[in-house]
Amino acid sequence: MPKELPYTQTLIYIADQANFLKSFFRNIFKSGFEWEELFHQLYIIGYKSIGITALTGFILGIVLTLQSIPTLKDFGAESYIPSMVSVAIIREIGPVIIALICAGKIASSIGAELGSMNVTEQIAAMEVSGANPIQYLVVTRILACTIMIPLLTIFADAMAILGGYTAAALSNGITMQLYFTKGLTILDFSDLFPAIIKTILFGFSIGFVGCYKGFTTNKGTASVGLAANTAVVTSSIWIIIIDVIVVQVSNSFLYS
Amino acid sequence: MEAVIEIKDLKKSFGDNAILTGINLTVHKGENVVILGKSGSGKSVTIKCISGLLTQDEGSLKVFGEEVKDMDEEALKTLRCKLGFLFQGAALYDSMTVRENLIFPLKRILKIKDKSVLESHCMEVLESVGLTDSIDKMPADLSGGMCKRMGLARTLVVKPEIILYDEPTTGLDTITSKEISNLILKIQQQYNASSVIITHDIPCAKITADRILIIHEGKFIAEGGFDDLENSADAFIRSFFK
Repeated sequence: MPKELPYTQTLIYIADQANFLKSFFRNIFKSGFEWEELFHQLYIIGYKSIGITALTGFILGIVLTLQSIPTLKDFGAESYIPSMVSVAIIREIGPVIIALICAGKIASSIGAELGSMNVTEQIAAMEVSGANPIQYLVVTRILACTIMIPLLTIFADAMAILGGYTAAALSNGITMQLYFTKGLTILDFSDLFPAIIKTILFGFSIGFVGCYKGFTTNKGTASVGLAANTAVVTSSIWIIIIDVIVVQVSNSFLYS
Repeated sequence: MEAVIEIKDLKKSFGDNAILTGINLTVHKGENVVILGKSGSGKSVTIKCISGLLTQDEGSLKVFGEEVKDMDEEALKTLRCKLGFLFQGAALYDSMTVRENLIFPLKRILKIKDKSVLESHCMEVLESVGLTDSIDKMPADLSGGMCKRMGLARTLVVKPEIILYDEPTTGLDTITSKEISNLILKIQQQYNASSVIITHDIPCAKITADRILIIHEGKFIAEGGFDDLENSADAFIRSFFK
C-alpha cells in the first residue's frame, strides 16, 4: 500500500468541499429548479428565526446603551449615544451576533436534518425517485440562508436601535425623534455596504457548512449529532474569518 | 425470456476492502430473484450498483441492455423511471406526509402536475398495499410494517419494470413478514415486474423466489430453486436454511 503523504486527509477534505461547492453552483442553473422547496426553506429559515433574532437584537441594543452611558457620561458625550449605538450595531455587532445565533440555530438544524436523511437512506431514495438531491436539498437551503440571513440581520439591527432608544429614553429621557435623527443621520454608504456584503457571505457560509456536514454524514446515528455540532463550530469560525476579511477589504477600499 | 439485468464479473471495493469479487447474474422479465447471504457479503452493494447509486470498479452491468456506468445524468434518470428501490428502513421522507411521499416521485419521474391525476395515482397504489386510510399521516405515525408497505407503495407508484428490495422483512414480526412477502408476490403478478430481493429471511425467500442465489465473500457460490438449495449436498449452503 502506498505511504500516505502528510496532510493528505486535510487535502482530501478541502478537495471534497471544493467539489461540493462546484456541484452547488452547477445545480443552481440546471433545469427543474425546486422553487417550492426554496420558498419552504425561506419560511423555515426566515420566518421561524424572526423571534430569536428580534429578541437578541433588542437586548443587544439595550445592553450596549446601558454599558456605554456611564463611560460617555464621564466625558460629557452622552449625546453621542444614538450615533455610537447605531454605527456599532450596523457595522459590526448586529451582523456578527445574528450570524452566530443563526449558526447555532440554522447550521445545526440543517446539519442534523440532512445527516439523519443520509443515514436513513432518504437521500439515496430521493436520487432513485428521480430528484436531484443537491438541487432539492442543498441549493434550496444555501440560497435560503443567503437570502434570509441578511434580512434577519436588518430586522435585528432595527430592533437593536429600538432597544438602544428604550434604554436611553428610560435612563436619560431622550425623545424618540431626537434619538432616531441622531442615530440614523450618522449612517452612510460605508457603514451599510460592507455590512450587507458581510451578512450575505455569513448566510452563504452557514448554509454551505450545514449542508456539507449533513450531506457527508455516513457513520450511523451517532454521526448525526457530530454533524450538527461541527456545523455550528465550523460555520462560527467561518463567520469570524469572513468578518476579518471583509473589514480589512472594505477599510482598504472605503478609507484609503 | 428477455433479460432485463445482465451482470458480468462485477467487482467493487471500498478502499482496501473488496466487497464484490466477481458477480455474474442475469434477471429475466417477470422473474423474482432472491439473493441470500451473510451480513457484509455484498448483497446491498450489488443492488446499489444496479440502481446506479454506486459505480462498479470493474465488470459489466447492463440494465435493459444499457451499461449503467456509462449513463449520463439524464440516461440514469430515464432508467430510474423503470426502476423501483425499496430500502431496508423504507427511507420514507419523514418531513412529508404519506401523500407527499407518493407525489414526490410522481412529479419528478412521470412529470404529473394535475392534482386529481396525482390523487388517483396515490389512491390506486395505496389500495394495492392496503393503506388508503393513512394518506394524511406522517411516517412517524406508522408502524414498522406500515412503513414497509408505504415504502413499497412509493416504489410502485411510478409502475417500475424492475423492483429492488433491500431486506424487505427485516425488523418485522413473523406475521407482518409473511404479509409483506405475499405482497411482493402479488405485485410481481399484478405488475409483471422483475424483482431482485435481498433477504436473510428464509420464509420470505421461500414465498417470493423463482430462483435463489447465495452470495459469499463477494461471489455467488450457489444458485437454484428453494428446495434444491435447502437439500444441497454442501453443508455450508444448507446452513442458510436452518
